Amino acid sequence: MADDLPKSNELLTALDYGPSPKDWMDTPIDIRKGMYCYAGNPKSLETLGAPNARQWNPLDEDWKLPENWKEIIYEGFRERLERFRTFKIFMDICVRCGACADKCHFFIGTGDPKNMPVLRAELLRSVYRNDFTKAGKILGRLGGARPMTIDVLKEWWYYLFQCSECRRCSVFCPYGIDTAEITIMGRELLNLLGLNIDWIATPVSNCYRTGNHLGIQPHAFKDMMEFFVEDIEEVTGLQLEPQFNKKGAEILFITPSGDVFADPGTYTCMGYMLLFHYLKEKYGFDVTWSTYASEGGNFGFFTSHETMKRLNSKMYAEAKRLGVKWILGGECGHMWRVIHQYMDTMNGPADFLEEPVSPITGTKFENAKSTKMVHIAEFTADLIKHNKLELDPSRNDNKVITFHDSCNPARGMGLLDEPRYVIQNVCNHFYDMPANTIREQTFCCGSGSGLNAGEDMELRMTGGLPRANAVKHVHETKGVNMLATICAIDRAVLPALMEYWVPDVDVTGLHELVANALVQPGEAKRTTDLRGEPLPGMEEDADE
Amino acid sequence: MNYKYISSLIAVIVLFLIAYVGVEAGGLQVVFGIVLPYVAVIIFVAGFIYRVMGWAQSAVPFRIPTTCGQQKSLPWIKPNKIDNPSTTGAVVARMFLEIVFFRSLFRNTRMSLKEGNRLSYNLEIFLWVGSLAFHWAFLTVIIRHLRFFTEPVPMAIQLLEKVDGFFRIEVLYDLAQVGLPGVYLSGLALLAAVTYLFARRLFISKVKYISLAADFFPLFLIFGIAFTGIMMRYFTKVNIVAAKELTMGLVTFHPTIPEGIGGVFYVHLFFVSVLLAYFPFSKLMHLGGVFMSPTRNMTANTREVRHVNPWNYPVHVHTYEEYEDDFREKMIEAGLPVDKQPEPVESEVEASEDKAPEEKE
Repeated sequence: MADDLPKSNELLTALDYGPSPKDWMDTPIDIRKGMYCYAGNPKSLETLGAPNARQWNPLDEDWKLPENWKEIIYEGFRERLERFRTFKIFMDICVRCGACADKCHFFIGTGDPKNMPVLRAELLRSVYRNDFTKAGKILGRLGGARPMTIDVLKEWWYYLFQCSECRRCSVFCPYGIDTAEITIMGRELLNLLGLNIDWIATPVSNCYRTGNHLGIQPHAFKDMMEFFVEDIEEVTGLQLEPQFNKKGAEILFITPSGDVFADPGTYTCMGYMLLFHYLKEKYGFDVTWSTYASEGGNFGFFTSHETMKRLNSKMYAEAKRLGVKWILGGECGHMWRVIHQYMDTMNGPADFLEEPVSPITGTKFENAKSTKMVHIAEFTADLIKHNKLELDPSRNDNKVITFHDSCNPARGMGLLDEPRYVIQNVCNHFYDMPANTIREQTFCCGSGSGLNAGEDMELRMTGGLPRANAVKHVHETKGVNMLATICAIDRAVLPALMEYWVPDVDVTGLHELVANALVQPGEAKRTTDLRGEPLPGMEEDADE
Repeated sequence: MNYKYISSLIAVIVLFLIAYVGVEAGGLQVVFGIVLPYVAVIIFVAGFIYRVMGWAQSAVPFRIPTTCGQQKSLPWIKPNKIDNPSTTGAVVARMFLEIVFFRSLFRNTRMSLKEGNRLSYNLEIFLWVGSLAFHWAFLTVIIRHLRFFTEPVPMAIQLLEKVDGFFRIEVLYDLAQVGLPGVYLSGLALLAAVTYLFARRLFISKVKYISLAADFFPLFLIFGIAFTGIMMRYFTKVNIVAAKELTMGLVTFHPTIPEGIGGVFYVHLFFVSVLLAYFPFSKLMHLGGVFMSPTRNMTANTREVRHVNPWNYPVHVHTYEEYEDDFREKMIEAGLPVDKQPEPVESEVEASEDKAPEEKE
C-alpha cells in the first residue's frame, strides 16, 4: 500500500461532514494526490482510435486539449441529450431534496460535499442549464447555471472518476435519477477530449487486441490455466483437462481475466474448473474456455457506450464461431450489468444460439431466453436444488462467512438470493451484514468502475469505508473471517480494504467455496482447502 | 449562500406588491384577473406539453431499470415482483407506488458516525412524511378549488370539501356563508409542509449546501398562495360570490370583473398565475418526469426480452480472424486450435519461432 496513505484511525478522525462555508461553485478544484488515477497512456488510446491521444498529467496546468474543446463538449452534450432520455430527464427534474446525499460511499468516506450524488450531477447540470435551457441563460448563476471553463472541466474529471457507478443513490431517489448514468455520460464527454485514466484506457486497449484486460496472449492464458491444473492436482489428486477454443462444445464459459491472474480470484477460477470437471465426470458436461473471448469484464463500459459495444462483441462472435448452444458467465459485477442490460441490445439478437437449458437438470433458464447467457450462480443454485452435487459443507468449516452483494448484480440485475442459496449449501457458518448495507442497499467496494488502481489508494480506502465498517460489525459480533463475493474487482480490491480496516477478514469468490465442498469422484483425502489452508476436522479424520 | 433564498423571497415580495399595488392603486383588475391568468394557463399547457414531448423525442437506447429486489430467475426463488418488475403490470404497480406513495423516498435513511468509528443508518421518515403531506395537501386544495370553476359543483368535490373541512359547522350550506367558516385541513397541512420543506433547506447543512435559488422560489411562492388563500377565507373574508363570478367567467370564456373583490384575491390569483407560467421551465416538471424516468418505468426482464436501440450503429471490432492472425504461431505452439493453418511456405521451413517477433508486429 502507498506509503503516504494515512492510517485508518487518522482517516476516521479527519472525517468531517460539516459543510464548507463557501458556495460549491466558488470552491476551486483541488486535484489531490491519492484521490485520482494517472492519465491514460497515449499508446492505449491510439490502439482504440480514441481522440486526442497524448501524454498529459492531471496536475499540470495545461491539459493539452484541442483548441475547440468547448465546442466538442457542447456538441457531445447535445447529441447525448437526444440519444439518451435518461440523461435529458435527469438533467431536468432533480429537485435537490437531498435524499441521495448520504447514500454515496464516497461521500460517507470523504465528507467531500461534491461527492454527494446530487452535487456530482449538478457539476454537469449547471453547465446544461447554461447551454441548453432558457431559464439558465437568462438567470445565470441565480438559476444555478455556470459557463463551461477549464476549471469546470477539471472538476468534472476529478469527480466523475470518484464515482464508481454503483447506483446506490438511484435506489433512494424519488425519480430514480441514476448517478451512474450521469457519470457514464460525463466520462463519454471527457473521452471525446482524450481525458481518460490509464487504469481504464490500457485494459480496454489490451482487451481489444488480446481479448482480455490484462493483455494475456492466448498461449499464456493456457499456460496460466495449466498452473491451476497442477495446483488442483496437489490439493485433490485430480487430473483436470480444461478445453480451450473448442468448436462444437455445448457451452462457452466466459469469466473476468482477473480470476486467471491474481489471488484470491485464482481460487475462484480453480473453483470453476473443479465444478466443470465434476460435471464432466458425472454427467458428461461439455464446456469450453475461449482465449479470444477471455474477458468477462468490460472496462469499455467505463469509457463509452461505443467502446463497451466493441469489447462486448467478442462474446457473441466467439459463441457463434465455436457453435456452442449458449453461454455461461462467471462471477463478475459490471460484466453482468453489461450482459444483463446491454449485450442483447448492442450485439444481439443472438438467434444463432439456443435458449439456455441446463444439460444436467433440464431446467430452462427462461429469464435468459433472449440474451442466452446464464450466470454461474443461477446455474449452480439450480444444480444444488436438484441434488446434482455431492457436497460436504464441513470442508468450509474453517470459515465464518458473510456475503458482499456487488453493486451491479444487485442494482442492475437483482441477483441476490442465488448466491446466498449456494453459500448456505456449501458452508455451515454464514451471517449477513446489517440490512441497510446488503442486497439492493449494498455498498460498493470503493474501487469499482475502473478506479482499482494503486495510485488512488486513499480514494479507495475512503470509498470502501461503509462496506468495511459493515464487515467489521459482523466480524466483531459473529466472528466472520471470510468475505464472499461474486465480482472479480471485489476479489482484487477487497483484500486491501480488509487489510486496512478489518485486518482479520479474508476474501473469497463463491465458486471457491463450492469447489471446497464438492466431493469429487476419485479424489484424494482432502486435508487442506484450495488455498492449502489446513482443514482442522479433516486432519483428525486422517489420524483415525 | 444567503442570496439564494433572499433573492427568492424578494422576488415573491415584489410579485406581491406588483399585484396588490396594480389592483388597489392602478385599477388593473383586468390585467391581473383576466389577461394574466389566461396567459399563464396557455404557457403552462403549451410549456408542459413542449417539455414532455422534448423528453419523448429522446431515445431510450437501453433498458436499464434500477433493480431494487430479487430478480425473476429460477422458479423456486421468490422474485420481488414490484421492485424488480418483469411484467408490464408489475411496472405499473411500481410506478403507482412511486408516484402515489413516494416509495423510494420511504426507504430514506440517515447516516451517522457513532463513537467516532461506527457508521449507522437509521430510517429517516420526515422527508417522506413532509413531501407526502405537501403533495397530497396541494392536490386536495386544487381539487377543492374546482368548486370555483364548476356550476353546479359536482358531488365528488362537495364530498371532498366535507371530508377536508370536517370541523365546519354548516356543511353544504350556501357558499357565501356567515359565521365562523370551517377549517380546511388541507390548507393548513400545505402551509405546514411548505414551512417544513423550507426549514430543512435552511437548517440541514447538507440540504442547505445543495439548494439553489430555484429551490426556494417555488416554496415562497406556494407559501404565498396558501397564505393569501387562508387570509381571504378566515380573516379578510373575500366576497366569495363575486370571486366565483370571476372564476366562472374565466372558464366559460365570458370574463368579467365583478365589484367587491379585494386586492388580496388578485395577489392570490397572480401568484397562481406565476406558478403556472414558471412551472414548465423549472424543476417542478418532476411532475411529468417522474412518469418517464427509464430507471423506474421499464421492465427488468432484460435477458428475457430483447430491447431494441433505435440508433444502434456498427462499430469497429477486433475480429477473431484478426486476433488469430496476430497470435497464430503462438497458438499452434501452445496446442490451441486455429481456424487457418499458416502459409505452407512457413510450415515447410518450420521456422515459426524465428518468425514470431515479425508476426507479433
